[in-house]
Amino acid sequence: MCTDNRSDDVSVVPIELQTRILARNDGTAAHNREHLRGRGIFTINLMGSPGSGKTAVLEATAHAFHGGAKLAAIAGDLATENDAMRLVRAGIRSRAIKTGQACHLDAEMVHHELHHLDLNGVEYLFIENVGNLVCPAVYDLGQDVNAVALSVTEGEDKPLKYPTMFAKADVVLLTKTDLLPHLHVDLTVIYQALARVMPDPVVIPLASQQPGGVEGWIEWLKQRRGVLQAAS
Amino acid sequence: MHEYSIVQSLVDSVTAAVGSRQASVHEVHVAIGEMAGVDCGLLTTAYEVFRAGTLCEHAALTIDRIPARWHCPRCHMTIAAGAFLRCAGCNEPAQLASGDEIVLQRIELEVA
Repeated sequence: MCTDNRSDDVSVVPIELQTRILARNDGTAAHNREHLRGRGIFTINLMGSPGSGKTAVLEATAHAFHGGAKLAAIAGDLATENDAMRLVRAGIRSRAIKTGQACHLDAEMVHHELHHLDLNGVEYLFIENVGNLVCPAVYDLGQDVNAVALSVTEGEDKPLKYPTMFAKADVVLLTKTDLLPHLHVDLTVIYQALARVMPDPVVIPLASQQPGGVEGWIEWLKQRRGVLQAAS
Repeated sequence: MHEYSIVQSLVDSVTAAVGSRQASVHEVHVAIGEMAGVDCGLLTTAYEVFRAGTLCEHAALTIDRIPARWHCPRCHMTIAAGAFLRCAGCNEPAQLASGDEIVLQRIELEVA
């Protein structure tokens, strides 16, 4: 180890570390993941802008699963428990995390809520993150996959504006497609933007308010959970 | 603004690294990738605010910004950020070779 003498009686000593700054969060996330996988639960970190339709997707998902007995959710919100209450009304056992001024969920918050959530019989856990396309992408929560909701009303170039969020997405849920007849939106432009920020984009168009509007998403969930089950 | 929470983790990491040494922290070096989702300006601001009263109070923060570098996992050809992230030759999805770092590289201690 080299030293740099600054004066007669003080030396500057470098200490090489090369450690991840969020190592503690990552450790808690790994603990969450191990616990959830051990119970056969497939965990989805659902992110997206405020108003992108995250909660509506989960309500429609509960309906598609005939009441949501196999589903659980943790819903993050700055100031209200409204989303969690909507999910409970849809039949999903849910816990709310009010983050106050925090713009994202972290692994410790999720870990705390897992101790208060009845996971018996649950096959899918949805963590509805705080509506934000920047901060939530940074924190591992212990999820198996990242899903990002992108509504067709948000602008065709949204993925290019938030490349980190979309680069970390395993699947993009293109929501509110039933509004397309009323909009001047070119889906090709959205798909091309995604291909510039995601190496292998998987995009599922959804219309959560329409009968059968989330079928592609349900099939994807079942397929991905099956892959994880087969591997364990 | 998650940079405050990252600075809190950074100060915790530095404190753990210093341990029981009788030394003050002179400088803190971190690497932040372009695709890490961390704004270096906000990180610096958060550090200036948060370091008061901590071991880092008198320590300069040096940030090494790591550019995003995508390449083909098969032929290793570089794929420019902003281009379609698929190899034109192999048709393989690109891989991020570097640019997602949030790393405490080293600290420098003043030892009497």
